Amino acid sequence: MAELTSRWLTEKGPEQEIVLSSRIRLARNLSTLPFPQVADDKQLAEVARKVKEASEVKGSWGRLQFRALSEIDPLEQQLLLAKHLISPQLVQKSANRAVILSDREDISVMVNEEDHLRMQVLLPGLDLEEGWKLIDELDDRLEERLDFAFSQEHGYLTACPTNVGTGIRASVMVHLPALSMVNQVQQLFKGVTQVGLAVRGLYGEGTEASGHIYQLSNQVTLGRTEQEIIENINSVTKQIIQQEQQAREVLSSNAKAQIEDRVYRAYGILTQARLLSTQEAMNLLSDLRLGIGLGLLSEVSLTKLNQLTVLAQPQAVQGIMKQQLPAQQRDYYRAALLRENLKDK
Amino acid sequence: MLCEECKKRPANVHLTKIIGDQKTEMHLCQQCAAERGELGFLGNVQINFPNILSGFFDLDQDFQVGDSWQKDLDRCPSCDLSYRDFRELGQLGCSHCYETFGQQMEPILRRIHGHTRHTGKVPSKHEGQLKLQRQIEELRSQLKEVISREEYEKAAEIRDKIRDLESQLGGDLSG
Repeated sequence: MAELTSRWLTEKGPEQEIVLSSRIRLARNLSTLPFPQVADDKQLAEVARKVKEASEVKGSWGRLQFRALSEIDPLEQQLLLAKHLISPQLVQKSANRAVILSDREDISVMVNEEDHLRMQVLLPGLDLEEGWKLIDELDDRLEERLDFAFSQEHGYLTACPTNVGTGIRASVMVHLPALSMVNQVQQLFKGVTQVGLAVRGLYGEGTEASGHIYQLSNQVTLGRTEQEIIENINSVTKQIIQQEQQAREVLSSNAKAQIEDRVYRAYGILTQARLLSTQEAMNLLSDLRLGIGLGLLSEVSLTKLNQLTVLAQPQAVQGIMKQQLPAQQRDYYRAALLRENLKDK
Repeated sequence: MLCEECKKRPANVHLTKIIGDQKTEMHLCQQCAAERGELGFLGNVQINFPNILSGFFDLDQDFQVGDSWQKDLDRCPSCDLSYRDFRELGQLGCSHCYETFGQQMEPILRRIHGHTRHTGKVPSKHEGQLKLQRQIEELRSQLKEVISREEYEKAAEIRDKIRDLESQLGGDLSG
């Protein structure tokens, strides 16, 4: 689908049957201008101008394209939101806001969100190390052209003290249906928060977990190196993967018929239904993803499932249909889009 | 949304508690949340970041009631943000704020991160400065040594090198 060609939606990644995507975000600010929330329009415009100039850098990501938010149709903005390339906070105000995207949409840089720059790299599967390489290179290239606010003591200076130091937020999106079914998720997350990680729903802060998809990210950004932070999430994620796999084994040996029934029912509904809400679609896609992981379904690829997960979102349906739609019509088009996309591998 | 407890002030602390498989949600204002002691259960409770931050400020204030008024009025000379603004926004105004409010920031950073000093990546521009500083320090100790050995010709040479590096460092700082 032309609208869903981001790297994390079209390429294979490590541990893909449980980890949907890996993301690393760096917060950076220009040393000479006030942070966005305090800056006036003229200053915000200056930030945007400087960053636009700097964004002509080339690297292993290919070319970067600078796009002013005011020139992006609101429906396309919604689509970028659903693809995790921009944040809800960015689209609240459009004046002097911008996003920079690489051709494969593995890199996006938000301009004048909470900080002057929020660069992110988004890759399929569990691939934080590769993500760090890419974003470290981008940071180096931009730093040659921009003067980032930095102090020897506090590191990279950010608008919110929760991001100061490395300015890094590394996160993984994990799908844990089996652990949910055996009621182990809360227990697991208690342990995760004890080692300094936060757990959130699919679409970031304050959102509910949907379709058994959770986001794990680091909390601490100061006093640890980027490598330590990434390694921590990596090792915790690997343990979670192991536990989820164990739970899957238990389920498929003790409740084989029930699991198979769930998976094929989900496939049946997704390929036949005419009305699907986001919530129902997310639950069915969760069952489908589990089925593929267990080797029950070869008709659908895991990469395709990332696309379908984005398609299930209200913003994506409207973005692709290029019109604002009331809920009932969204449900109709969602069902149609999912059916259509399930046809071709 | 108004606070569920006092029904007067706006609710800005949103709590989701999960105990076993029971989930409850609460929307409180800062004061009521603090009174109920809800801000103390950070381990089991999900709160949005700005609210956690405000919680930290309140703690900070409790410990130093005496001079909190004075601190509130401190303003950053660069962006004019006051410490009170910072407490309300949960965000600083510019990169100089970290220096301006340095003293107040220390305990906040310690509570958030458990650390107060950066150990991660350093931009190569600053790496250069660090290098120069270290070179200068080394030459200074060499200088002392040669002077103690009364090798004045060498001393003059080293002194010139130091001056040269210092001017480079000065140039770096202004650039």
